[in-house]
Amino acid sequence: MATATEQWVLVEMVQALYEAPAYHLILEGILILWIIRLLFSKTYKLQERSDLTVKEKEELIEEWQPEPLVPPVPKDHPALNYNIVSGPPSHKTVVNGKECINFASFNFLGLLDNPRVKYNSCTSIKAAALASLKKYGVGTCGPRGFYGTFDVHLDLEDRLAKFMKTEEAIIYSYGFATIASAIPAYSKRGDIVFVDRAACFAIQKGLQASRSDIKLFKHNDMADLERLLKEQEIEDQKNPRKARVTRRFIVVEGLYMNTGTICPLPELVKLKYKYKARIFLEESLSFGVLGEHGRGVTEHYGINIDDIDLISANMENALASIGGFCCGRSFVIDHQRLSGQGYCFSASLPPLLAAAAIEALNIMEENPGIFAVLKEKCGQIHKALQGISGLKVVGESLSPAFHLQLEESTGSREQDVRLLQEIVDQCMNRSIALTQARYLEKEEKCLPPPSIRVVVTVEQTEEELERAASTIKEVAQAVLL
Amino acid sequence: MRPEPGGCCCRRTVRANGCVANGEVRNGYVRSSAAAAAAAAAGQIHHVTQNGGLYKRPFNEAFEETPMLVAVLTYVGYGVLTLFGYLRDFLRYWRIEKCHHATEREEQKDFVSLYQDFENFYTRNLYMRIRDNWNRPICSVPGARVDIMERQSHDYNWSFKYTGNIIKGVINMGSYNYLGFARNTGSCQEAAAKVLEEYGAGVCSTRQEIGNLDKHEELEELVARFLGVEAAMAYGMGFATNSMNIPALVGKGCLILSDELNHASLVLGARLSGATIRIFKHNNMQSLEKLLKDAIVYGQPRTRRPWKKILILVEGIYSMEGSIVRLPEVIALKKKYKAYLYLDEAHSIGALGPTGRGVVEYFGLDPEDVDVMMGTFTKSFGASGGYIGGKKELIDYLRTHSHSAVYATSLSPPVVEQIITSMKCIMGQDGTSLGGGWAAWWLTPVIPCHNQGKECVQQLAENTRYFRRRLKEMGFIIYGNEDSPVVPLMLYMPAKIGAFGREMLKRNIGVVVVGFPATPIIESRARFCLSAAHTKEILDTALKEIDEVGDLLQLKYSRHRLVPLLDRPFDETTYEETED
Repeated sequence: MATATEQWVLVEMVQALYEAPAYHLILEGILILWIIRLLFSKTYKLQERSDLTVKEKEELIEEWQPEPLVPPVPKDHPALNYNIVSGPPSHKTVVNGKECINFASFNFLGLLDNPRVKYNSCTSIKAAALASLKKYGVGTCGPRGFYGTFDVHLDLEDRLAKFMKTEEAIIYSYGFATIASAIPAYSKRGDIVFVDRAACFAIQKGLQASRSDIKLFKHNDMADLERLLKEQEIEDQKNPRKARVTRRFIVVEGLYMNTGTICPLPELVKLKYKYKARIFLEESLSFGVLGEHGRGVTEHYGINIDDIDLISANMENALASIGGFCCGRSFVIDHQRLSGQGYCFSASLPPLLAAAAIEALNIMEENPGIFAVLKEKCGQIHKALQGISGLKVVGESLSPAFHLQLEESTGSREQDVRLLQEIVDQCMNRSIALTQARYLEKEEKCLPPPSIRVVVTVEQTEEELERAASTIKEVAQAVLL
Repeated sequence: MRPEPGGCCCRRTVRANGCVANGEVRNGYVRSSAAAAAAAAAGQIHHVTQNGGLYKRPFNEAFEETPMLVAVLTYVGYGVLTLFGYLRDFLRYWRIEKCHHATEREEQKDFVSLYQDFENFYTRNLYMRIRDNWNRPICSVPGARVDIMERQSHDYNWSFKYTGNIIKGVINMGSYNYLGFARNTGSCQEAAAKVLEEYGAGVCSTRQEIGNLDKHEELEELVARFLGVEAAMAYGMGFATNSMNIPALVGKGCLILSDELNHASLVLGARLSGATIRIFKHNNMQSLEKLLKDAIVYGQPRTRRPWKKILILVEGIYSMEGSIVRLPEVIALKKKYKAYLYLDEAHSIGALGPTGRGVVEYFGLDPEDVDVMMGTFTKSFGASGGYIGGKKELIDYLRTHSHSAVYATSLSPPVVEQIITSMKCIMGQDGTSLGGGWAAWWLTPVIPCHNQGKECVQQLAENTRYFRRRLKEMGFIIYGNEDSPVVPLMLYMPAKIGAFGREMLKRNIGVVVVGFPATPIIESRARFCLSAAHTKEILDTALKEIDEVGDLLQLKYSRHRLVPLLDRPFDETTYEETED
């Protein structure tokens, strides 16, 4: 049945072929040829392709001239020739061969060189470090994970957590790496970080490593911060699904390294709960300085430390050792033990430096009066330095590190730096060791104006503070007028 | 990578494995190595590459292929673990199983969650099972033997309690104490103690401000002499030496070519620099050359401008693979394509070369051919910190532009002194004569160490060869170069990571075990770091126990089949990342 039909169709087709007019057949024939041609022809012309030949490539490689690895540094670059400190950088120090009183090292509590008087025995940080050196040697020869965790590290973490009244603390072997590692451990691509314009370089690098969205707010300007938070809130309402997974952080410093000002923590905490952003607080300058027991800004303002999600500080200033730590709730801190790059991938802190930090904590706990003394001295020199013509004091009177800036810039940063360096040099000649605050001008997000940084320590006597103030005054007058 | 398990940011692909012997045909190698003999017996061709006579010494590096069955079983193992992970997460969710981990504050429950849940899945369900193998606290010098504090967990490793007991005299196969300078006696310690008394522990300022001590200048001059370069600069942390100096050298419009197995610090530094990063296959010179050629020929993507400069980032010894960089070839390529070379000698400085000058000396090359010589003081010198050495212009530039010099506190003086003394030891300075013999020094540790600096280097080389040879003979799969003191022993299966670490500690040997994400998922391994402080007796004890545990856990996977490197498939896929 089926075959019969097929045959009939075939016959019909042949018949149609016979009956069709010739022009029809010719036209169809041409169309078929045309289709075949279209199918097999190339869509582009070969000669238009531009593959380079091997020879051309070789010529290109031959031709390429890279820039030098580093540009030449002019011989008179202000940062090329370092001051050379011979001997310990403590209260009285020898800078470039001249004995000076140190107003430049962040040795706020004088712990670098301090004998600890305890009841009737006398120990010191050096002795503690020495005992550790005799037990453990110098290096740890490994990261924390691989036999680089010493009992001293555990002790120090424990002590820091207790001192700060937090659940847990974690130590890093380098102050700079502390906050720079802590931020990217939590804040990832897509998260939003609100950060103060004046934030120090370590924070900037941490933020860069985190690849989060960064929103800068004006220094200590809570209205500006709230404006940004509000903007974000509106943004979030538009896209609630995204908002549900976007973490928000506020990163601030306790005392700002770059300005010597204190952060308005109570307002920040309010904003934190209002807008549900976590607060990371960098306390390198304020730890061991502010508060009745030296616990930093939280104690200074009487704020519950659990309201701050993470506190980070280095042990290189008040504690006069090396390294840094983060503290807070275990829920937060413990995460860094696997995610803090500077913690996981770096050799741990030499035990002797951990021992020195423990001893420094002992001293701080045994002499709570020391912080009041420091505060008083800060106030004294701060007051004494007011009213120098041409120089203005920038920073809080309770900050042990503050800045002297030119009242009026000469217009060029280079010239400003040169003037300030002249003041520093002349003060150095008169036995007052000062330094300019150094910045990488091209790298800073918001470059602070050039300044001389004055550092107060408890070891400086009233008379020395007076002398420093009057020296600076006289020199500044001579240089600037 | 030298990461901690469960660490992060390891971007690597599972490599095809292979073996290569190049330079010259070495009878000794073929005869002495059971592996090669077996390969020959199996009728496999043993390739020898000549590389235009670039190598002045034999370069034997082996990466035996993972047996198929083992690979399959390993994947099955992870599958089972993951299933159980989900099951237990389910039980935890319904509060059937007790939740041990710390939780968010009540007040902040409505905040966006600090961690994404899947981030912690691995930590919670896999890492936690074998967490006791890491962070073991010690309470002595990390020398050849070490005292470990015993700890117990009553809640499946969520928390540890110290029993107060100390496991004494554990053989230390984990610390990077290559030359045995981790000691609490001898001249290094004495010198460091003296400086500590004089200077104190901290510095309280940065190099550019007022933290540049005379000691630092002395150290830098010595480091430059040690490396044979014009100048050097020292930094307070090895990790930061990379992450804070690479951004000073390259920036936008520059290209970084980075080995896929580079350490996290190099990766971080490269990212922070803002330069474009391209990754080449581990130690694969074809891959590197292709990237170099393409980079110069095609220029920057989108803008089509030529690259400003190209920086190659390599390490001397790769700490997870035990491989040594093919430096002669890298230098040849670098010269041919006018790229710059950044060599991270974290593990190789002190540990390689007849007098401990690192991988450059090992290959008999000129340090001038390496543009940036970077290294750390943590390992061979038993201290902490890092350095960069090179031309004077480079160091001058870094003195003015290094992030570390401007913003970070300088090296602690006693640490500096430890480096100075140990470095002088290796250089055989201080006018002391060589003599007394290695054994005598080891048995009587009161003799100042600087007598035997050079012997330390030789001892380490001997230990390395002996230990590697013996392990291979036992039938383990050992990765890396025969001269590398980093010895990875392949475990593969996740359950064996924990078992190996625990069994070895039971036998009084401390080892490092690593798994994903520090290694590719199926290539979990144990890693031994050899030291000049290991005596033959210690090594023999360790080897005996490893042999035993190897039988117990069936770790002797090796079928002695070596795939020649040239047959390794060369995969052209590289990925590029541009910092925005």
